[in-house]
Amino acid sequence: MTHIIGYYTTQFGELWEKSLFDLVEEAINGVLKQTSLSNKQIDAVFFGNMLAGVLENNLHSPSKIAEILKINIPIFRAEAACASGGAAFNLAKNYLDANSNKNVLVIGAEKMTDYSPEEAITALSAAASGEEQEAGLTFPGLYAMIANFYLEKYQYTEKNLAYVSVKNHYHGSLNEKAHFRKKISVEDVLKSPYVAYPLKVLDSSPISDGAAAVILTNNYDMIKKQKYSATVLASELITDTISLKERKNLDEILATKNAANMAFKKAKINRRDIGIAEVHDCFSIAEILAMEDLGFWKKGEGGKKIKEWGTMYGNGGDLIVNTSGGLKAAGHPVGATGIKQIGEIFLQLTKQAEKRQVKNVKYGLAHNVGGSGGTAVVTILGS
Amino acid sequence: MIGIVSYGFYIPKYRIKTESIAEVWGKNPEDVKKSLLIEEKAVAGIDEDSLTMAFESASSALSTVDVDRSKIKIVLFGSETHPYAVNPASTILAEFLGIEKNYLAYDTEFACKAATGALISAQGLIKSGYSDYALVTASDKGMGKTHDVLEYTAASASVSLLLGKDDLILEILDFESFSSDTPDFWRREGMRYPSHGGRFTGKPSYFYHIEESAKSLFKKTGLAPKDFSYGVFHMPNGKFPVQVAKSLGFSFAQIKDSLTVDYLGNSYTASALIGLMAVLEKAKPGDLIFLCSYGSGAGSDSFVLRVTKNLSGKNRKEFIKIIKDKKYISYPTYLKFMEMI
Repeated sequence: MTHIIGYYTTQFGELWEKSLFDLVEEAINGVLKQTSLSNKQIDAVFFGNMLAGVLENNLHSPSKIAEILKINIPIFRAEAACASGGAAFNLAKNYLDANSNKNVLVIGAEKMTDYSPEEAITALSAAASGEEQEAGLTFPGLYAMIANFYLEKYQYTEKNLAYVSVKNHYHGSLNEKAHFRKKISVEDVLKSPYVAYPLKVLDSSPISDGAAAVILTNNYDMIKKQKYSATVLASELITDTISLKERKNLDEILATKNAANMAFKKAKINRRDIGIAEVHDCFSIAEILAMEDLGFWKKGEGGKKIKEWGTMYGNGGDLIVNTSGGLKAAGHPVGATGIKQIGEIFLQLTKQAEKRQVKNVKYGLAHNVGGSGGTAVVTILGS
Repeated sequence: MIGIVSYGFYIPKYRIKTESIAEVWGKNPEDVKKSLLIEEKAVAGIDEDSLTMAFESASSALSTVDVDRSKIKIVLFGSETHPYAVNPASTILAEFLGIEKNYLAYDTEFACKAATGALISAQGLIKSGYSDYALVTASDKGMGKTHDVLEYTAASASVSLLLGKDDLILEILDFESFSSDTPDFWRREGMRYPSHGGRFTGKPSYFYHIEESAKSLFKKTGLAPKDFSYGVFHMPNGKFPVQVAKSLGFSFAQIKDSLTVDYLGNSYTASALIGLMAVLEKAKPGDLIFLCSYGSGAGSDSFVLRVTKNLSGKNRKEFIKIIKDKKYISYPTYLKFMEMI
């Protein structure tokens, strides 16, 4: 069985003084120090990154990581848009399933704020279908179409969506590594300018810099030596059509649904066993869809359930969602997000989540989406 | 003591409201105003540029003093919209002002602090005995690309300062400068519009350099914000000067009179100096004024200025009354005046 034995994340935010590989190096050194491992004890590395090839003409990142680590081992880059981190983790887990007694480093990182918003948005649009890009659709546009459909079908308003951001900003205020530490109100969200109707600035995750790393092992001697460990019960990656127009249903992310069903089957636990989840809230609507598609809420009930504040820390709910602040408040350095989500679950299961520590959690779930649902990765961890 | 003998300013009469720009681009004007704290900005006419405005402000500065022009041996012209890439505007200005040919002239460029840097150079040259007087002009017909956030702020204005040793209205008690290679805002050779690093223009750029420059001057002089009657800062928008003043320990009361950006916009090299112009309408003898410019790229010059009893009568120029003489223009007229169509 594969275990996570350490996690480190850099600060997320506008880190103008740091390059992509400064961040990668900080994450690597941080996680090696936490686990007391030397570079020579790493058998393979998986790196999740989306934009370095597009924005800074740096595609051969595995070799750069070899330079940083000063070792000669297999290193792979995984790219699945905003699910690049989750995809790297999934590949690392599969690598360990095929190789015994190995230690694997998984890093997710992205450097976005050195570029103009136009450059960053254009680069991110590379994750959408060519036809939809040509039609002028950006990701805010695609998610806005999903949101419009959902709100109309289930008779909700923009206010229902606003609750997601308020909750996640509250969680972000408890996370020192979060991009935004400011609490906001439903009114703040509703008053913020539109990005693409009905989604507003405060419905949307930001452009951020950051890197996060975990170490996975299936070496039992190594697990025993470590102070903290969590078990990887399942990691499932599913893809779906890249084009929104090819989807059967606009109010669900099929890849999420299928990945979740497979992950729960493999983990041999039920939805109600999950006490903590990090879900992919790139836009407020995405968290509502995620909660429904993961099977925590019935389809169409999300707009109502989110208003009950049950998934907010401190309200005594059975399932607390996005304690890191989610993509909305913790920030969304796209390649790093999937690893940060898994790292947050690790912190919660190993009781290292400090101010936002949820009590008595045994199982946690991380849900990472690429594009508008072209890829979804669902990972389940146990304490 | 070296200081300012006289001053003049020129603000074109045309104004464009934030609403007139926002509506064209489908933006909610209230969101833009809330974000930038800009109500309207001053726009130079189609027949005006940085040089014509410099001539206006310099003429005004020289009109109130009886100075032998042959004693003005230094003419410095700070701008980021000089009419020529090669060919000095300072010599054209001097020629039109009737300044004799035995003078040192050069144009300076350091984004929005080109003129305050020139001020430091000019006072040094006077101190060295090279000249009795120096004319330093800041002038810009500030340009922002259409649909860029700069379009709401980039404005036009000019300020001229005549520096000398005697009969000063403002004494330059001390100054400090702080610079680094920080590319937050730039315009490459041959490019018409400036580019900028968005939010990067804030914390690591404007705030860092102003704070370091100011702190350095406070340390050097032993003065603290509470010792000043007025604080005047570069004003790229309405928010930044208020925030930086607060972080340094100035009260809002100390800076409110200098905050001209919400009704005049950011006239680049003239921005902080226009704030000084507004303050000089009210300042009393003995008042200490803290003036702090910022230039992208990046650097900040800080000055401790002291008002003398000579700031009175014809030496003190009306500000509020002059800027009230204005005419609103539409967005197409704005584009025409800026020669964008």
